[in-house]
Amino acid sequence: MKLLTHNLLSSKCLKGVKVGYPLRIVAKDVKISESEFNKEFVKKIIPKLDWKVFVNAAVQVRSTYDCTNVVTQEFNLYQSTTILTGFTKCLFFLFQIGHGNDLSDELIDDYEDDEEYLKKVHHLLMEVEIINGELICPETERVFPISSGIPNLLLNENEVS
Amino acid sequence: MSRPEHLAPPEIFYNDDEARKYTQNSRMINIQLEMAERCMELLMLPEDEPCLLLDLGCGSGLSGSVAEDSGHIWFGMDISDSMLKVAKEREVEGDLLLGDIGDGVPFQPGTFDGAYSVSTLQWLCNADKSSHKPAKRLYTLFSTLLACLGRNARAVFQFYPENVHQTDLVVSQARKAGFFGGLLVDFPDSTKAKKYFLVLMTGGAMPMPPALGTENTQINYTSKREKMTKGRATKLVKKSREWILEKKERRRRQGRTTREDTKYTGRSRSGRF
Repeated sequence: MKLLTHNLLSSKCLKGVKVGYPLRIVAKDVKISESEFNKEFVKKIIPKLDWKVFVNAAVQVRSTYDCTNVVTQEFNLYQSTTILTGFTKCLFFLFQIGHGNDLSDELIDDYEDDEEYLKKVHHLLMEVEIINGELICPETERVFPISSGIPNLLLNENEVS
Repeated sequence: MSRPEHLAPPEIFYNDDEARKYTQNSRMINIQLEMAERCMELLMLPEDEPCLLLDLGCGSGLSGSVAEDSGHIWFGMDISDSMLKVAKEREVEGDLLLGDIGDGVPFQPGTFDGAYSVSTLQWLCNADKSSHKPAKRLYTLFSTLLACLGRNARAVFQFYPENVHQTDLVVSQARKAGFFGGLLVDFPDSTKAKKYFLVLMTGGAMPMPPALGTENTQINYTSKREKMTKGRATKLVKKSREWILEKKERRRRQGRTTREDTKYTGRSRSGRF
């Protein structure tokens, strides 16, 4: 599940839940999958996002991400090849911003012209994927498991509103 | 032909075997792609602008790849785990969610620029559990969908209604939820190519797009009376030259003896007679 989906998803289908947003993330496995940078789309989607939720989610996921083996492997690859492909550049970038001091809590005003910034947002929105973990409803504490990248939002009969 | 929704609920019917068909059977793939393309067309998305779309009942993500080809980003929702696994194997771009659309679409308001669904809606017309009420589930789907669509966004559902009651049910629930629009039938005269599309619009009633295969199907009907008066606009004035000529012509057609037409025919006498 991408962070874009998390940003737009709520649990209001549950009985008795009014807002159900934002869902809390418990990330166990995180993967980076490459996806084509679509500048127009990122520009268009930014106003629709809840920025605070997005930054929080990114920080939360990043802490998991730092611990996974995938990263170290990729990082070794990066060191051995020394060719800066866009992908590894992105990864390295993520390492640099790894402790949440680069993506500020407030959205910058002139993001439309700042390509680097848009690329960073794109990377976090579209390329960071939660493979295993949980989504937790903020109101009822109902847990929605995420397995092999697909969140399970199926409800039991007694939970349908 | 047996209908799959009579056999088992969707999460059971679309098991691993059935899901595999959607990657191997080229006939099924082609049908799905064709219908997804028509859905895209009916969505009437702004050109050259990437949009965020929702695929309801995305299955193995075939319809999603049509959206990808047009440069859009999509999310897919489906109730079948096996189908979603196939979608993951195919490495589709869209993000996938396992969920029942009959329980509602759980997204933030104004998220999507459009929603589409290929061969899914008929599953909602059946009650697979004792707690299922088709009308209520359809209403929940439509009302939550309306909430998460942006302004002037459309939703297009291709589906296979079993009978007229199902189409009525679906259309009435969509209207009740606040959608405009209605049913569009492509190739209505063909049993095989006939396809039902529910085209739903937000923000005002717009004219429905034209259906395919309906260009030459209207019978050119003209009533008898229309045909008779077509040649001349009004009745001829009595005792006029034209009236007399026509009357004589009619007599000739009837085989009665008639004086021939001259320059004096229908001329009034001078006063000297």
